[in-house]
Amino acid sequence: MFASRHVVRRVALRQTRRWAHTQPKLQSVTADDVAHFSKILPATSILSTLPPLSTAASELSPFNNDWMNKYHGNSTTVLRPRTTQEVSEIVKHCNERGIGIVPQGGNTGLVGGSVPIQDELVLSLGNMNKVRSFDPVSGILVADAGCILESLSEYLAPHRHIVPLDLGAKGSCQIGGNVSTNAGGLRLLRYGSLHGSVLGLEVVLPDGTILDQLTTLRKDNTGYDLKQLFIGAEGTLGIVTGVSILAAPAPQSTNNVVLALPKFDNVLPLFVEAKKQLSEILSAFEFFDREVYELAVKHGQGRALNEEDIEGAECFVLVETSGGKREHDEEKLNGLLESLMESETPLINTGVLSQSPSQFASLWAIREGLTEAVSKEGKAYKYDISVPLAKFKEVVDATRERLRSKGLLHADAVKHVVGYGHVGDGNLHLNVVAANYTPEIEAALEPFVYELVASYRGSISAEHGIGAMKTHALHYSKGDVSIEWMRRIKTLFDPRGIMNPGKVLE
Amino acid sequence: MRPSAARLLNILVPVKRTIDYAVKIRVNPDQKGVDLNNPFDEIAVEEAVRLREKLKDQVKSIKVVTIGPPKSIDTLRTALAMGADSGVHVEIPDSAPSPEPLGIAKALRAVIERQKEGVDLVILGKQAIDDDSSQTGQMLAGLLDWPQATFASKLVVDAAKKEANVTREIDGGLEELKCRLPLIVTTDLRLNEPRYASLPNIMKAKKKPIEKLSASDLGVDLTPRVETLKVTEPPKRVGGGKVENVDELIAKLKEAGITAVKA
Repeated sequence: MFASRHVVRRVALRQTRRWAHTQPKLQSVTADDVAHFSKILPATSILSTLPPLSTAASELSPFNNDWMNKYHGNSTTVLRPRTTQEVSEIVKHCNERGIGIVPQGGNTGLVGGSVPIQDELVLSLGNMNKVRSFDPVSGILVADAGCILESLSEYLAPHRHIVPLDLGAKGSCQIGGNVSTNAGGLRLLRYGSLHGSVLGLEVVLPDGTILDQLTTLRKDNTGYDLKQLFIGAEGTLGIVTGVSILAAPAPQSTNNVVLALPKFDNVLPLFVEAKKQLSEILSAFEFFDREVYELAVKHGQGRALNEEDIEGAECFVLVETSGGKREHDEEKLNGLLESLMESETPLINTGVLSQSPSQFASLWAIREGLTEAVSKEGKAYKYDISVPLAKFKEVVDATRERLRSKGLLHADAVKHVVGYGHVGDGNLHLNVVAANYTPEIEAALEPFVYELVASYRGSISAEHGIGAMKTHALHYSKGDVSIEWMRRIKTLFDPRGIMNPGKVLE
Repeated sequence: MRPSAARLLNILVPVKRTIDYAVKIRVNPDQKGVDLNNPFDEIAVEEAVRLREKLKDQVKSIKVVTIGPPKSIDTLRTALAMGADSGVHVEIPDSAPSPEPLGIAKALRAVIERQKEGVDLVILGKQAIDDDSSQTGQMLAGLLDWPQATFASKLVVDAAKKEANVTREIDGGLEELKCRLPLIVTTDLRLNEPRYASLPNIMKAKKKPIEKLSASDLGVDLTPRVETLKVTEPPKRVGGGKVENVDELIAKLKEAGITAVKA
């Protein structure tokens, strides 16, 4: 009874949702538009299946599909401007014509926010990839939006600084996309969210105006902090073209250890203990369950732990320390490990401590490779949720039970229900790995998962954003008043609704 | 019948502290020596530990030895955490120049001669990733007049017969050697994949004995005989350029002095 009611509601939602974004005003790109863009941009910056260019559709496919191959757009035209001025002229034209624009960075998002829903124009920032300035004294880095995160890390390395943000997709994702999605990632525990570390932005507004807030000030209390609106707006309010960000001094010493835990209940006491003993050098505390670990090993992510070290482990925790002096850090970490191993009621079974930078990388590769391993195993339904730490396992187990009760937990439907995430941030990645994306599985999961999260007053999207995937579920985390004001802000900036239509708000 | 003591194997694994291969290094870095283990030596330690897992009590001891500055002791601790029993640290001052393969081989010979129960098998990396000399194992075999099996990708030891079968990857195929112990084996990359050091073993390793010696204790001279003239970075790669069309490409080629050849 309960379930069928939701299925009905879900179908109804789908219908309205599919067409809700297609406001009648939005136009398709025409050959005339392409001719206009040719006046703004060099030929190498335009890909279009329309005449006279008639680019092969296959060349546009990386822009039309997300990397999980879950979301598919039908854009005819991809523009790759190299300057803010070019972006501004493109946007101005699209606004006049009422053409929808999807700003795209590395297209590594997980919620379909960076691919068109229909045939919107794709504006790829990849060609804007220059560092504009870096001040080694203050650590403030100003860069184009299209700079790849890892390239920025490499740029900063000789200056002994790091980007205060790190995530598995670092080799492809771009800083503009990171900011637009308010990406969280692996260093959040230590360096906080982008709302704190981003000092300024340059944004092309939906009418083509350039909003220059690219300041390099740590303190600036002069009225409304407009840039905050664009952090996490997923390109629905404007296109981020430049970012000023506070880089952190590079740690002189880093260590990591993977601990094997006999039961999930030990994760929280372990976290408390790690915080207490490691204090300022604790830089990551990541959790992954046994099942997803096995997937990582199966799909060759990182080097597997020894058999005897994983025996009897229900889940694992990766602890990273970074600090200024190796001897000091090692003493603290060893102190923690010794007290854990010698305790009368041990929280851990055992663990492995990296002995060299290559082992350090290889332990991280297990954790960072989980996303990829899940994708290789099957089609993944990904729920990126914030719930109270103690509920992590409950959520995974409840979801698995739900699928079992629906008769969907077998090799041809759902193969695995796994959990991993950032314990330090209360952020769980609930992944349901299926043989195929099917309406039955989706109906069993949604709104079930969202209701579960709402019952804990959690967030249905901790760090992945709303994108196209969760617009209909926004209300599980945001009240009516909040949504109404979000809508007003959207209309204020983008009255014609051209910016990333169908994303964030329905 | 109890196996006689003569059948028990004593294994020696020499290891060298190098900069880790995962670290980007520059010539004359001001923060030198980020870390630890020569990967081929790690493979050597792993192989010794695996031999014990296979041959059980027939492997009596696994001793690791390193010759290097005070920090090299970390390399020994890692090897002990992987499963070696004891260590020998031939310490040289931080200020001393890096010893060369011949000096190292002579020092290793002296260490081997000091072992009361003798050494049946020496497993060492085929080369260190810092100087790429690939000479120590061979020189040691020459000095001791022992058989050598270099670049091993598989090692099977028969302790009772005091024999070993070693597979080597060579150009065009695999070569299998049968050798009598005592034997020098140098390891290639495919021999095994070294394990992580687990916490209980790291704890245990702290209590394992490490004997500290100096070059003079061994009666060897580690002073280099070769003079290094200069160390330079490889030339920086110059980025390529893009051309808009064929005409421009041809113009650029002509500019660079490349012209068409008439058939």
